[in-house]
Amino acid sequence: MSVRVLMFGWEFPPHIAGGLGTACYGLTKGLAKHGVDVLFVMPKAGGDEDQSAVRIINASDVEVVNTFSDYEEYWKNVNFMEIGSNLVPYLDPETFEREVNRSVKEGERTGRIVYRNKFEFSGKYGSNLMEEVARYAMVAGTIASSQHFDVIHAHDWLTYTAGIVAKKISGKPLVIHVHATEYDRSGENVNTQVFDIEKRGMEVADRVITVSNLTRNIVINKYGIDPSKVFTVHNAVDFQNRKDISVTRGVKEKIVTFLGRITYQKGPEYFIEAASKVLKRYPDVRFVMAGSGDMFGRSIRRVAQLKMATKFHFTGFLKGDEVQKMFNYSDVYVMPSVSEPFGISPLEAMRSGVPTIISKQSGVAEVLKHSIKVDYWDVDALADAIYALLSYPALAKVTGRDGYDEVDKLKWENAALKIIDVYNDAIASAKCNQ
Amino acid sequence: MKKTLCFYFQVHQPVRLRKYRFFDIGVRHDYFDEYVNASTIKRIAANCYLPMNNLLLDLISQYGENFKVSFSISGSAIEQFEMHAPEVMESFRKLAATGCVEFIAETYGHSLASLSDSDEFESQVRYHAEKMKELFGKYPVTMRNSSLIYSDEIGRRVADMGFECMLTDGAKHVLGWKSPDYVYTNAINPRLKLLLKNSRLSDDITLRFSDRNWDEWPLTSEKFAYWLDQESRESDVVNLFMNYETFGEYQPASSGIFDFMRNLPKAVFSMTDFEFLTPSETVKKHQPVAPLHVPYPMSWSDEEKDITGWLGNELQNEAFEELFKIKDKVAKTDDYSLIRDYRRLQASDHFYYMRTKLFSDSDFHRYVSPYDTPYEAFINYMNVLSDFIARVENASSGKSERKEQVAEKKLNGKKTVKKTKNVKKDKVDKEIKE
Repeated sequence: MSVRVLMFGWEFPPHIAGGLGTACYGLTKGLAKHGVDVLFVMPKAGGDEDQSAVRIINASDVEVVNTFSDYEEYWKNVNFMEIGSNLVPYLDPETFEREVNRSVKEGERTGRIVYRNKFEFSGKYGSNLMEEVARYAMVAGTIASSQHFDVIHAHDWLTYTAGIVAKKISGKPLVIHVHATEYDRSGENVNTQVFDIEKRGMEVADRVITVSNLTRNIVINKYGIDPSKVFTVHNAVDFQNRKDISVTRGVKEKIVTFLGRITYQKGPEYFIEAASKVLKRYPDVRFVMAGSGDMFGRSIRRVAQLKMATKFHFTGFLKGDEVQKMFNYSDVYVMPSVSEPFGISPLEAMRSGVPTIISKQSGVAEVLKHSIKVDYWDVDALADAIYALLSYPALAKVTGRDGYDEVDKLKWENAALKIIDVYNDAIASAKCNQ
Repeated sequence: MKKTLCFYFQVHQPVRLRKYRFFDIGVRHDYFDEYVNASTIKRIAANCYLPMNNLLLDLISQYGENFKVSFSISGSAIEQFEMHAPEVMESFRKLAATGCVEFIAETYGHSLASLSDSDEFESQVRYHAEKMKELFGKYPVTMRNSSLIYSDEIGRRVADMGFECMLTDGAKHVLGWKSPDYVYTNAINPRLKLLLKNSRLSDDITLRFSDRNWDEWPLTSEKFAYWLDQESRESDVVNLFMNYETFGEYQPASSGIFDFMRNLPKAVFSMTDFEFLTPSETVKKHQPVAPLHVPYPMSWSDEEKDITGWLGNELQNEAFEELFKIKDKVAKTDDYSLIRDYRRLQASDHFYYMRTKLFSDSDFHRYVSPYDTPYEAFINYMNVLSDFIARVENASSGKSERKEQVAEKKLNGKKTVKKTKNVKKDKVDKEIKE
């Protein structure tokens, strides 16, 4: 008998905005391939018109499902539910309040306000976000009491409360999936309200899944969770939707790229300092910083100060195809993150055949062999790795080619098998406890 | 006629590179990590070289002419002993003085030169053989190549240099149904006799001795002698070729490896009809049974017994090509520091660290390599090599320049002399006036 899962997750195509949505999507698809029944509940950014309304919609008669017709065979086991809600992932409470107010005024949908900079996290909570979390949890209770399932699976802190309520009402085991923690988002200046929700979710959960051992250690050490119930399941990557985009390059120099939010967490300053060191010895290269964030202005000033503005370029925030184009433009991709629970973008770069340099402080470093790994703070090592990829053709060739093969093998089906093991484990232990 | 047990120990320590960044290129020419090299040599001297040499000296004084072994000591090991552990050289000299130990020639820098078509191979072997004569009083008649790399062509080159005997591996893919336990000859020049490593019995000591999962654990001297007696009924010679560091370093003293060796001669003499001989004595005593055809290079490394551990990917190939491209230029500069660095950079170890074949899955590789990944090994090596090549280019193109510089200096010197003379003259004039 196959397992039936009640999953509290996030956005699905075509409105995918970031790593968490991509991961939920890939994971659900992987589970579906193994015949797991998934009842997928997601908050739908409904805008002002139905902020208070709750709709529970069966997949067979919602428009959303039609967009998946390409993957029909995988989705026959997956049912969708949408809840009218202003909840979107990656949103800090302050921005949330601002955006909701704006959308009420202007009638805009809030679905795309993502990629906001988490580092703005100020701790000044608008009441709205916590209300939404609570309301979402109430909805979860309603669903839990009316549906049949064996296990509950909740992704990241906004849905943990929903997971807890569902567990209380149904008595079914709860698995929470930690894609990022408050420590990753805010360094040591954690928002205690968010921290409390996370900690409570982890404590109540029967099993905790983390996206890397790095995150697992945070869950164990910072949240004090029993290591025996925390399991690492590394993310995978799904390139099925990827189009081949060809680009023509306008410059003859090689291009070294940073692509991500320009925030403390992503380590942009280390990229800038390394660039300066490389340019002193290797002038035939251009550096690109793609993205936006609260360290944007400071980064531009530092580049000017180092007098390399003619060789160092900022693109601003890249959307859709532009991201992949940027990868295709690149000769080297660098992810110098200070803290990265997983980090999917190097995989996308590798899929474009681009050699990558990643920080050892990223979860993805645990699964990649054919990427050059440096400590994020070790600017000399980073500069050295960039220089080597530019100067020694064999290195770029081997890392590019073997890296491509490597990401090609990171399949969600395999990650899903591990998750199914966790489900079975959770179900078995819940039965024991009854 | 008695059968022969032939022990050969490889003593080699590469001169390990320091972390050498690209901004050191053209600025700093010190490539080697003195601290790591000194501490490694001292550690292994204490664990292995000194206690094992003493043990062998004891056995020789106990059994006299009846106990014999052979060694090769690479030039880089000798240089480092002389610098950091002179007492090790002293104890090797004592072993040489017994007349029961044969010292074998190899490439001075433990080089892969035999795989290049340059005459660097010949020049290094001759240099090493001279060094052996200088240190131990005898010009070697036996030769072994780095990691026992051998092919028909390499054997021919060794025969042309006048060696009578060469050691290599008894690789299955070369021998087929044939046994390694006989004397063979080179396929081109039958005057060169070949001794082949008996992998099973050698590896019982080097790899499996302390492995508690091995069904033959623990291995005693008596058990080993019993195997020799039982399984080598038909053979002429059993060649036990191994890294000397097996004793006390790879197999710690606590495993009982020293006791095993201490008791082995007694067990062999009492339980078998084997005697101990050196390689050159062995090939004099036993008739060769057949020529050995080895069209492609083989070695004693890995399962494959081929050379892919050193030249198996583009990284290694590029480094190798660049290294040997400058051979003639280095030879033309009679600059000792360049020639010394060139020999050190040729050490096969540097290439072994760049292997991607097993990546970091192999425990042995992890134990041996000072780098976390092959990419780091390659980057560091190529930075060093880039600087080295620049130095060689400067030296060969800039000889006249240097002379000019020297001439200029002399000229300047004269000028200043003149000036001082003038000053003196002025002073004298002044004095006269006064």
